Amino acid sequence: MQTGWSNETLREIFPAIWDGFIVVLQVTLVAGIIAIVVGLLVAIGERNGPAWLRRPLSLVFQFIRNTPLLVQVLIVWTATSLYINPDWSAFAVGSTVLGLHYASYTSESYRAGIDAIPKGQWEAATALNLPSHRVWGAIVLPQMARRSAAAVGNWIIAMFKEVPTLFIIGVMEMIAEARAFQGQHYTGAVEGYTLAGLLFLAASYPVAVAMRRLENRLAKSNF
Amino acid sequence: MDKSFGDLKVLDELSFRVDPGERVTLIGPSGSGKTTILRLLMTLETVTPKADPEADGGVVWVEGRPYSHMEKKGRLVPANEKWLRQRRSRVGMVFQQFNLFPNMKVLRNVTEAQVHVAGRSKEEAEAKALSLLDLVGLADKTGEYPSRLSGGQQQRVAIARALAMDPDILLLDEVTSALDPELVADVLAVLRDVAATTSITMLCVTHEMGFARDVSDRVMMFDSGRIVEQGPPEAMFSEPQEARTQDFLRAVLAE
Repeated sequence: MQTGWSNETLREIFPAIWDGFIVVLQVTLVAGIIAIVVGLLVAIGERNGPAWLRRPLSLVFQFIRNTPLLVQVLIVWTATSLYINPDWSAFAVGSTVLGLHYASYTSESYRAGIDAIPKGQWEAATALNLPSHRVWGAIVLPQMARRSAAAVGNWIIAMFKEVPTLFIIGVMEMIAEARAFQGQHYTGAVEGYTLAGLLFLAASYPVAVAMRRLENRLAKSNF
Repeated sequence: MDKSFGDLKVLDELSFRVDPGERVTLIGPSGSGKTTILRLLMTLETVTPKADPEADGGVVWVEGRPYSHMEKKGRLVPANEKWLRQRRSRVGMVFQQFNLFPNMKVLRNVTEAQVHVAGRSKEEAEAKALSLLDLVGLADKTGEYPSRLSGGQQQRVAIARALAMDPDILLLDEVTSALDPELVADVLAVLRDVAATTSITMLCVTHEMGFARDVSDRVMMFDSGRIVEQGPPEAMFSEPQEARTQDFLRAVLAE
């Protein structure tokens, strides 16, 4: 069994790791949409929803926020395949759990953005008799988005880096691909994991820089 | 009517009426309840409910119909949001801190409610906004964000925004208190203009006694949630009867 670094192995494993990278991007896209949309709905629901909804909603998302992602992935994967539908793919279940997990964080960033809007904005909206959907759509959400965009963006980057957690249920992202390759060829673990790390870095660093730029630009804009 | 915040009684058995088209100025030390009255009329606060509104009162009436309350099975009950939405559209308010929407340019600040509350077409709303912005001297600022305007300009936009909804009643809550002294005159000039050219009922909380004297039909002096004294501005300012009013006016005019 070969133990040292091998450029030959690196070349051989690259296609598999690249496939895994594409899967990571796909998971990030699906889970990211869930995190962005569900987080927003939760933030609005906790603030504006009917009383019977607010308490359970905040309890559920506190639970999600305060338990490990790995445990949630395993619970939901086991439960869905045992009791609901064994044909559901690991990709679908894993992306959903990851998205909901991060929705619990994004909702907090949204909430902070909403809380930061001065009370006078709500009062002016009342004085003009604006209907609730305009108050939210035209006044609160645009102002909130500006305040929360950077924080939510950072959560999505953090989420991207946690996609490998899903290898535990068989989502074929980069780590799973590296392990599969190693299982077949008895080599390539070092090269595979290194490559995975580099691809993560190559993808998340530019996004992080872009987020910082966005943050600065929003801070300087007229509104 | 009464209004309490927790144990703090802000308005105490207060009762008064304002005639259509009347201009009333509310004066008095801070914490005397003046602003709370405007906030009640704008439905930003609710009156402290009484067990039996028909007998005990505690109801705000506007244009002869209950406002803070609504009729349900022949009884007066505190109004729900739907009722308030119907009723409050006749009332407009200008705030101490302007409260323009910072994410909208000046023009849209003035058209937003026209389109989405009054149901006017975009063209109609913009035409009205432009004529009002012209009235307040800001016709050249329609494309700016509020953050690019001075406080006085922002407040004039806020006045145009309130007037755009054609309110019957306009509430002015210390509209010049947050402004630098040199910007106060422009805002007051606009309000004098509005008072002179419209028949809008105005309730105005202010420390600008000159403005109060010129514009109002009646001045009400408040202290501790009660009306201490009221009357036409000439009488109130030159011969106040109550010691509390005399002390207050002396303090304010000495500034």
